[in-house]
Amino acid sequence: MKHNGERGRKRPKGLRTRPKGRSVDPQALREVQALLADTPRRRDLLIEHLHKIQDHYGHLSAAHLVALAHEMQLAPVEVYEVASFYHHFDVVKEGETPPPTITVRVCDSVSCELAGAEQLIPALEQGIGTTVRVQRVPCVGRCETAPVAVVGQNPIGTASVERVRQAVEHSDTQARLPAGTIDYQSYRADSGYQLLRECINGTREIDSVVQALEDSGLRGLGGAGFPAGRKWRIVRGYKGPRLLAVNIDEGEPGTFKDRYYLERDPHRFLEGMLIASWAAGISEVYIYIRDEYPACLQILRNAVAALAADPPMSLPVIHLRRGAGAYICGEESGMMESIEGKRGMPRLRPPYVAEVGLFGRPTLEHNFETLYWVRDIVQKGAAWFTGHGRNGRKGLRSFSVSGRVQKPGVHLAPAGISLRELIDEYCGGMLPGHELYAYFPGGASGGILPAALANVPLDFDTLQPHGGCFIGSAAIIVLSDKDSAKAAALNAMRFFSHESCGKCTPCRVGTQKAAGLMAQNHWDVPLLEELAQVMGDASICGLGQAAPNPLRCIIQYFPEELT
Amino acid sequence: MAAISEVANPEITNPTSFLLDGQAVDALPGETILQAARRHGVDIPHLCYKDGLRPDGNCRACVVEVKGERALAASCCRTPQEGMDVATTSERARHSQKMVLELLLSDVVETAYTRDSELDTWARALAVGKPRFAPRRQPESDGSHPAIAVNLDACIQCTRCQRACREEQVNDVIGYALRGSQAKIVFDVDDPMGASSCVGCGECVQACPTGALMPAGGVGLVEPDKTVDSVCPYCGVGCLLTYHIKDNKILHVTGRDGPSNHGRLCVKGRYGFDYVNHPQRLTTPLIRKSGAPKSADTTLDPAAVSRVFREASWEEALDRAAGGLKKIRDERGGQALAGFGSAKGSNEEAYLFQKLVRTGFGTNNVDHCTRLCHASSVVALLEGIGSGAVSNQVEDVAEAECIIIIGSNTPENHPVAATFMKNAAKAGKTLVVMDPRRTELARHAAYYLQFKPDTDVALLNAMMHTIIEEGLVHQEFIEQRTQGFNLIKQNVAGFSPEEMEPICGIAAETIREVARRYATASGSMIFWGMGISQHVHGTDNARCLIALALMTGQIGRPGTGLHPLRGQNNVQGASDAGLIPMMFPAYQRVDDDEARRRFEELWSVSLDPRPGLTVVEIIDAILDGQVRGMYIMGENPAMSDPNLHHARQALARLDHLVVQDLFLTETAAFADVVLPASALPEKTGTFTNTDRRVQLGRKALDTPGDARQDLDIIQDMARRLGLDWRYPDTAAVYEEMRWAIPGIEGISWQRLERLDSITYPCWTEDDPGRSVVFQANFPTPDGTARFVPARLIQADELPDAEFPFVLITGRQLEHWHTGAMTRRASVLNAIEPHPVISIHPADLADVDGSEGDLLTIASRRGEITIYARADDSLRRGDIFIPFCYQEAAANLLTNEALDPYGKIPEFKYCAVQVSVNRTAPGFEG
Repeated sequence: MKHNGERGRKRPKGLRTRPKGRSVDPQALREVQALLADTPRRRDLLIEHLHKIQDHYGHLSAAHLVALAHEMQLAPVEVYEVASFYHHFDVVKEGETPPPTITVRVCDSVSCELAGAEQLIPALEQGIGTTVRVQRVPCVGRCETAPVAVVGQNPIGTASVERVRQAVEHSDTQARLPAGTIDYQSYRADSGYQLLRECINGTREIDSVVQALEDSGLRGLGGAGFPAGRKWRIVRGYKGPRLLAVNIDEGEPGTFKDRYYLERDPHRFLEGMLIASWAAGISEVYIYIRDEYPACLQILRNAVAALAADPPMSLPVIHLRRGAGAYICGEESGMMESIEGKRGMPRLRPPYVAEVGLFGRPTLEHNFETLYWVRDIVQKGAAWFTGHGRNGRKGLRSFSVSGRVQKPGVHLAPAGISLRELIDEYCGGMLPGHELYAYFPGGASGGILPAALANVPLDFDTLQPHGGCFIGSAAIIVLSDKDSAKAAALNAMRFFSHESCGKCTPCRVGTQKAAGLMAQNHWDVPLLEELAQVMGDASICGLGQAAPNPLRCIIQYFPEELT
Repeated sequence: MAAISEVANPEITNPTSFLLDGQAVDALPGETILQAARRHGVDIPHLCYKDGLRPDGNCRACVVEVKGERALAASCCRTPQEGMDVATTSERARHSQKMVLELLLSDVVETAYTRDSELDTWARALAVGKPRFAPRRQPESDGSHPAIAVNLDACIQCTRCQRACREEQVNDVIGYALRGSQAKIVFDVDDPMGASSCVGCGECVQACPTGALMPAGGVGLVEPDKTVDSVCPYCGVGCLLTYHIKDNKILHVTGRDGPSNHGRLCVKGRYGFDYVNHPQRLTTPLIRKSGAPKSADTTLDPAAVSRVFREASWEEALDRAAGGLKKIRDERGGQALAGFGSAKGSNEEAYLFQKLVRTGFGTNNVDHCTRLCHASSVVALLEGIGSGAVSNQVEDVAEAECIIIIGSNTPENHPVAATFMKNAAKAGKTLVVMDPRRTELARHAAYYLQFKPDTDVALLNAMMHTIIEEGLVHQEFIEQRTQGFNLIKQNVAGFSPEEMEPICGIAAETIREVARRYATASGSMIFWGMGISQHVHGTDNARCLIALALMTGQIGRPGTGLHPLRGQNNVQGASDAGLIPMMFPAYQRVDDDEARRRFEELWSVSLDPRPGLTVVEIIDAILDGQVRGMYIMGENPAMSDPNLHHARQALARLDHLVVQDLFLTETAAFADVVLPASALPEKTGTFTNTDRRVQLGRKALDTPGDARQDLDIIQDMARRLGLDWRYPDTAAVYEEMRWAIPGIEGISWQRLERLDSITYPCWTEDDPGRSVVFQANFPTPDGTARFVPARLIQADELPDAEFPFVLITGRQLEHWHTGAMTRRASVLNAIEPHPVISIHPADLADVDGSEGDLLTIASRRGEITIYARADDSLRRGDIFIPFCYQEAAANLLTNEALDPYGKIPEFKYCAVQVSVNRTAPGFEG
């Protein structure tokens, strides 16, 4: 793009002094080659390679993008459209200023907003100097300590300007590994991987293991709730090679259970993952973990390395893939696109991923927590799991609770427990001075229910009759009489608009128009209802389909806020 | 474990029956709901769907209600299942369809950029009123590209342009970047289109439903008077297209679903049409003023025509033109005359022109630019397999497993053919690109071999060595269908990849891998271009390719074969029609008594049994005083021949030169009489493309001024030379030609008018034409093919201390051949307005130059001044210059050394020196 005019001779108009488009800058190419070293240049590693450049240089210069494209035999646009999709990549073109060395990401999703994020963000913008970039970001999965700011990769709970400033001043930007993680030796010592060995050596049969899962009624805990055992059978029925994709892109606002378990007992998950691989005949496993969880990624790396160093059996190939800041990659097909190194735009179904999934292969897709329970269910028996439950429901649920309660956090409670019971028995009641007003039963997408419906059993399928709500990932955000449901719904819609992948019209345009209409004092309810219908009916994936849930709930349950 | 078993995937071959709005209908295998509904007369709204593009299902305007499903389904992506109950107009489906349209309408400006916005059409059809939503913030327009206006304020993010660019043309320029409501169409790294790597094929414009991408200059808003289906005037791919005409001018061009292009075009075909209206267009006959000198050293300024020429009536011009030739013939005999026809003209023109030379001049001194492009390939093919035409068509890449492209910058010279090769690579075929220049195809290749120029035989013999050594030959094929394998076997024994590695510069193991892949693939094709043919060993190069195909049996089946990519729109047809000195139509040798008798009978004259002179031989014969007069129709030897100074001296020496052309070309500047002729869009005729498809071009425009149809001019010339020719129309010429050329008998004029394109050989009127030939035998006397070994021969002129660089010449994407047409096409000349030399940046630095500097390039034959383009796709030590720039004519430098068999000059290799020129004034645009 640069024209060398040092000779001073006037060049005629339109003269091309280089081939069309951008030329590869030799220096940038050498830098990229050095960073990539001997890693393969396969297309599916594009996002991993972009991370290497972003981590090293703090941004992605156009010259580096073009050099990376050349190195990977891709066109520049193929690299750019991926880089620009993910919020954790900062593309910097000629004439633009690279971001400061430190970025402070402040969560502005519902739980953090309730905890004062809207006051914290401007205070930080003013208060910690110009060498730092303050960025609003969606939920970072630490809602029990809201408000949360992340300095570099260092998460700071109950964040204040002062605490953030201290971290910035001390360049305290690295994620710390949490204490108390059960390591490989300890896990093995506690009969860990025993069950897996029994599976491999023929002590247990595939059918009995799958049967146990089916008997337990274990359903997908990412939110969709598909029966886990049945999924294994379906995938195994397709011609191999078959793949397993594990979803740890825990991005639903208010959800942090996967992180909670991963920080404590990673091998319990890995054992479940390997049993699933065995049962479904999986040859390669891809674990996709959100970029907001750097400590968890390190824990997993360590755990997989320990496992590989002393394998209890021959392992399938295990790939760890790092997300880059995109809620939509928690959607199973969006995640697969991302694992393939592409923009995380969900696919149309059919075909379903069980048949045509990752790299076009039959793919078993599981949320982290679903696999986490496999060992316990098989070892203790389905009856152990179904022995729990309340209000006519069976099993256990890990509730991520945040908002106006005394003890926010992950609470393992009987499925079917009501919100009232959950708050009273597990969360130490409401915060002093706060009365229950409303709650999100399943993160931003599950809808908002009023206090009057606090006795409904919380489980799959039980909330559907109430405004089409659902429990999803069991992220409970509790609002009190000090809060506005309408404001929370607007927060949720802005989140969906921010996180829409941009592929389909009802979601890309619909969420944006809805957020605009919902920001008005007076809601145009008929128009919003029309909009909600097209979003719910005609969006490609769950994001757009569920996006109008909070909006619809406000119209149905909180009409007084609209007058 | 009964429940866990392999799921059978039954081939669906029967129609599926489903309910469409309550009516039982059928869907054909593979049909979507949208397609089946359309076939049954139900048009479902759709925007992101377009026939020919992969359905993406993103706009959601086509959603329908499928009974029993929670959400609506995109009918463009969903295949009906047996018994499925689909409602396309239910209240629920209609609500979403209309809301989608309303949401999109709210985000586009009301300004119309196109006459037929699909969004507006559907909004009207569904009675969607004024949108009730606030508009988005609109992006700025981008007018940086000379051919394409980018107005993303009309963009609905349907990504049709992206799919056209990435999946159809595989130019990989357009992307969908950012996300959510910010998501947008970008070029490269979000650069202005004009600064991007866009090659201007315009496929995105053709794909855009709302006018966000349109031809520049607002021509898309003008209502045309008429549209005319015709064929592209440029390269040999033979794209079918439609001219949109207003007031006898072409407004714009769209691609048509021709068998060789399927709607695709390149920048030349789509935007290179306004040369026909260029102010320099010849519209009246010209006669050289007496005493106006002919000098080889100066080029004529087309604006200063009147100093050299005076205008004349057709009567006077034709009398003078034919009279001069007749005088020479009568005084010195027919051997003192020669004619150059053109591969740009129609089959009928080529046929009549060679007939005129043979019967009117009485000589076989007739040739055309095939001599400069594939003459060596044709010699090798005729000698080896008995036919110079391609064995398999380009589209066969879809059937192949391995595709070798050697010595061809296909994306620039045969852009649309290249798209099918890139499609094949995307579909997982092994693409092997062999070329000293790293072409755009290299990025798509599994193997890219950047071998040293001039070492083709070393590389190819090493491949054959590997195939024989590793036992990968097809023994049965060799035994049953070939002769002379032992000659090859002995010859390549001394060409191990290890020994050839230092010669050709390719690692021995790579050569071996490629050889194995080629030999063992279920089907392997070879495509080649001038990089093979334009060497003193061009025939040897082609012999090696033929031998490769024969020893592995990679010919005679779909997805195999040999395909010399034809450079000009009708070089195949002009050769078929006999525009070559040693052959009558259909490659029947003039020295073959039986063939000659046949033509003597057909043409009712006696014919010269001596083969005529070739292009470069004619130039030499002029300088020797043997050839005194010439008739040149549509050729430009004063630009296209090697060692131009030599060629121009010859043209200046002629006693009488008649040039028939559109412009006062560099050649016409030497003419005694200039006859203004017709451009392709102005005439009807047939053109035979690289795929052996005879295709009909239809007259779309009237010729300007007094310019006339070439066929009429040839006939008027003929009558003045004593021939009583009365062809009432083009069809009459074609019908005579059909008699003269076995193989097109089945292609009647009426059939062409109906079908536009028919492949030969085609023996009867109901014969669909043979796309794959040599399936059972080769058209040689005994039906078998011949191996002909090739040894290492070096280029005629090697680099040395004084002339250290290797000059490679060729074309560039925007400019075709000598630039007579394309440099007068405003869009093409805007994209590439100035002469450039491509040189490796390190070499440029070595000569103390910078990109954009004027360089002087000198060979032993001449020198030119030209701008430097830093281009690392070249090897160090090699430079590339396109030969289309008259102000820096590359052929002033090239070497006229000939391949001994094909008589083709060595355009692809000569020694030059490079220096920075700090004093030349430069060129103005």
